[in-house]
Amino acid sequence: MKLVIFLLAALSLNAQVPYDRIRGADTEPGNWLTYSGNYSSHRFTRLNQITAANVRRLKPAWVYQIKAREKVQTTPLVVDGIMYLTEPPSDVTALDTRTGRPLWSYRRPMPKGVRGCCAQINRGAAILDDMVFLGTFDAHLVALDIKTGLVRWDVTVADYNVGHSITVAPLAVKDKIVVGIAGGEYGVRGFLDAYDAKTGKRAWRFWTVPAAGEPGVETWAGDSYKTGAATTWVTGAYDPEQNLVFWGTGNPGPDWNGEARKGDNLYSDSLLALDADTGQLKWYFQFTPHDVHDWDSTEVPVLAEGVVHGQKRKLVLFANRNAFYYVLDRQSGKFLVGKQFAKQTWAKGLDDSGRPIRIPNTSPTVEGTKVYPSVPGATNWFSPSYSPMANLLYVATRDEGGIYYMGEAEYRPGSQFNAGGFRPIPGEEPTGAIRALKPNSGELAWEFKLHTPPWAGVMSTAGGLVFGGTNEGDFFALDATSGKLLWRFQTGGPITSNPMSYLSGSKQHVAIASGSAVFTFALEEQ
Amino acid sequence: MKSTLAAVLCSGLCLAQNGERLFQGNCALCHGPRGDGGKGTNLAQPRLPRAPDDEALFRVIRQGIPGTEMPGTRHFSDDDIREVISFVRSLGQTTPPKVEGDAAHGAELYRGKGNCAACHTMGGRGGAMGPDLTEIGVRRSPGHIRTSIVDPEAWVPDNFLNYRWYSLIPDNFVQVRLVARGGQRLTGVRINEDPFSIQIRDAGDRVHSFWKTELAELHKDWGKSPMPSYRGVLTPGEIDDLVAYLVTLRGGS
Repeated sequence: MKLVIFLLAALSLNAQVPYDRIRGADTEPGNWLTYSGNYSSHRFTRLNQITAANVRRLKPAWVYQIKAREKVQTTPLVVDGIMYLTEPPSDVTALDTRTGRPLWSYRRPMPKGVRGCCAQINRGAAILDDMVFLGTFDAHLVALDIKTGLVRWDVTVADYNVGHSITVAPLAVKDKIVVGIAGGEYGVRGFLDAYDAKTGKRAWRFWTVPAAGEPGVETWAGDSYKTGAATTWVTGAYDPEQNLVFWGTGNPGPDWNGEARKGDNLYSDSLLALDADTGQLKWYFQFTPHDVHDWDSTEVPVLAEGVVHGQKRKLVLFANRNAFYYVLDRQSGKFLVGKQFAKQTWAKGLDDSGRPIRIPNTSPTVEGTKVYPSVPGATNWFSPSYSPMANLLYVATRDEGGIYYMGEAEYRPGSQFNAGGFRPIPGEEPTGAIRALKPNSGELAWEFKLHTPPWAGVMSTAGGLVFGGTNEGDFFALDATSGKLLWRFQTGGPITSNPMSYLSGSKQHVAIASGSAVFTFALEEQ
Repeated sequence: MKSTLAAVLCSGLCLAQNGERLFQGNCALCHGPRGDGGKGTNLAQPRLPRAPDDEALFRVIRQGIPGTEMPGTRHFSDDDIREVISFVRSLGQTTPPKVEGDAAHGAELYRGKGNCAACHTMGGRGGAMGPDLTEIGVRRSPGHIRTSIVDPEAWVPDNFLNYRWYSLIPDNFVQVRLVARGGQRLTGVRINEDPFSIQIRDAGDRVHSFWKTELAELHKDWGKSPMPSYRGVLTPGEIDDLVAYLVTLRGGS
């Protein structure tokens, strides 16, 4: 035991996470090296100590309290026995996973003029080599020394005064840090950036809304592209073989009034496949052309392989906020399969190219239009999970409709630019579920009902479990093949984050942020 | 297109104009288009108890009021909020509505014939089946109070989506009927619920907590209220008196 501790201490002193370690994340499941666990965004742990047979012995190991009022949406990272946790608004704390005791903190005061649609939150950090990378709510990218939390470099990504913010966990790819932007309710022009990890120098920028004269600008009426939004606020995936980064984009601006921006509004509500070295567009797929419901496609893209239409293919699996599940060919971006996975009333279905066949009179109106799903959608930023063992995709799903209102909006830099609003449907109690989908078809394998539409993601495990959380504070484990409830724990705060898993010593732990705290769990000794 | 004159005028007036637009789109649903209350607090009064100054009102609009249906407005910029504040303050410059009735007689009815205290708390005393009425004169308009007395089901909350997931508010006042596996039958109001358990309060103010696996049946009577209508129980004159009394309940002693 002493030897193990000594080794861990020695390792953590030399914490080094070169690109090859992240690429091979599946071979070292004791660590959680990137936001979604691996580049394919599986949020699946190969640790199998906690199983259906023993999960009832899962007990809290320690709890870390965050001293911030804002919601906690973070996924912690763990490298060699140390947890790196982002805290709202834009702080990072390193914790010893054996004791839960903090080792260092980076605290960043927010300037007065920062703004964002939905609270000053942060979803996580990236790690590369000996640095921790943080996107900040005042739209900077910061590199911290992994041993001390001291700033190596700090660069401005965009101007927070006009509504930019960063809430996304960056993605470390080779020698670069890929980071997205938020601000889709402020009429900003969206982009995805990559920075040289060593220097902080910007390596490339892909504008998610084309400029005048560029292909795609014809999908925006008049000058409407200038306030087109299409932001990039949820972490994407990376395919090393193709050297492609896959990243979702958000709603077009303004959100609920499409009159002034007639056309498909590229590349809003799309999945982009970009060359990781240059940022060049390889392909795109737009899920909701000319969106008027604020259905950002900023969900996590999942990379997998499977047989679809009789052929073994590399796939992207995508459960979209618009209530449809999509399977795309990862090499070409071609639409392969689409299937509704939650209640919706806006589309008859998808055509052969994957384009929605809209039902008339489902756009927002001044009087209000009732549509399913609601503005938060059938799912949202919180993570799905893919278990290669069970060959199922797990999606935290929201069954909820809303009344959509159309309004007027005049663009003023830094002011909300959404042209409308929404409210719940009177007399309806919305619900939710964890749904297990067959990845190649979208067919439902099982579901586990929740009391309210969730805001927490899921993680599946090689121990045959799926972990998830509820708004009411329940952290729970389901059987990965049947959906049967096996374990639960009341954390006492709403869970609006994603679970992850790691080894501390030689023992598997599961962690989840809940309320203003991070809970870690391990099996009680027998 | 704006004329030059309009542009000049706008420098002063547009604050309130934009504030009104934001108010109508975001606040009026509960507070009424003129801010005189409804589901939400009556804002058309010179002094707002939870927001004595603009700084406090800013906080209320930004963060909401934990423990109530008032949500925060994360999507507003600081300027947006300041503009809404300027509109809300302009509402308070109107005259409060006049209420007919004898408030002193209303107080007697509250304690006696109406038996209101059996289910409602006022100044820390009374039952908890229904909402606390200590500040009801501030929180609701006279018209809303009258409707709630004669037609209690008119304003039962539609749902709790607006605020529940980030403030952990108990799901108060939804009538629940349940049958436990042991055969015990219970009717009450829901205090809280999650996928695995439910807590309810019965008419005797007793709290019951069940794991859902312990229940044979669970019914939620959306739109129903455990409160009876007082139409026919009190005369129209007595209802006037009771309303006149309730609008005087403004917190404090």
